[in-house]
Amino acid sequence: MTKAEIVEQIYERVGFSKKEAAELVEKVFEIIKETLAEGEKVKVSGFGNFVVRHKNARKGRNPQTGQEILLDARKVLTFKPSLVLKNVLNDEDEVDEGNPQSIETVGEPSDIY
Amino acid sequence: MTKSGLIEEVARRTPHISKKDTEVVVNTIFESMIESLREGERIEIRGFGSFQVKVREAREGRNPKTGAPVQISAKRTPFFKVGKELKEMVDESPDPDVEKQEAVL
Repeated sequence: MTKAEIVEQIYERVGFSKKEAAELVEKVFEIIKETLAEGEKVKVSGFGNFVVRHKNARKGRNPQTGQEILLDARKVLTFKPSLVLKNVLNDEDEVDEGNPQSIETVGEPSDIY
Repeated sequence: MTKSGLIEEVARRTPHISKKDTEVVVNTIFESMIESLREGERIEIRGFGSFQVKVREAREGRNPKTGAPVQISAKRTPFFKVGKELKEMVDESPDPDVEKQEAVL
């Protein structure tokens, strides 16, 4: 699936013009990117959380030469899928009501509903 | 930022589209992505990243409390690989500590 196919889905399901749908899809990813570029996390309930993590500098090795190199401290983006998404992929109930306080939803009640 | 924050911001930048419509579109974006992943499809958003479903093989695990072996069945798990552009943007993002200090002020 590409951005163009997401636009197509919005056109089909919501009835927006392709132009408007494309504009909105563009904006959504643009805003998510800008937010992450500020170092702020983005939480999409029912989908997952995008979190910027700081990695300390460490010694590594060039796997080809075995030579030791220093890897600088850096920031990386991690994606933690929501329980809902994980369950959907495994054809389980979308929300496991017996276990509402999953790791992903602790302290974030809005993620459950 | 949460999904509702995202909807607010999209609505703010597209004043010609109602907030209600914006909400429907944002939800549809993620719903269609979930359905695509459910079908085992790969999603590629240029400049952002790609999502892919990988299968984790069945394995024998242990109950951490009792130490008893438990059978863990095969699982499908979504993976995200950050795109080059976003990867660079994130690496240059301000430190979280700095951000916290600013938030206090």
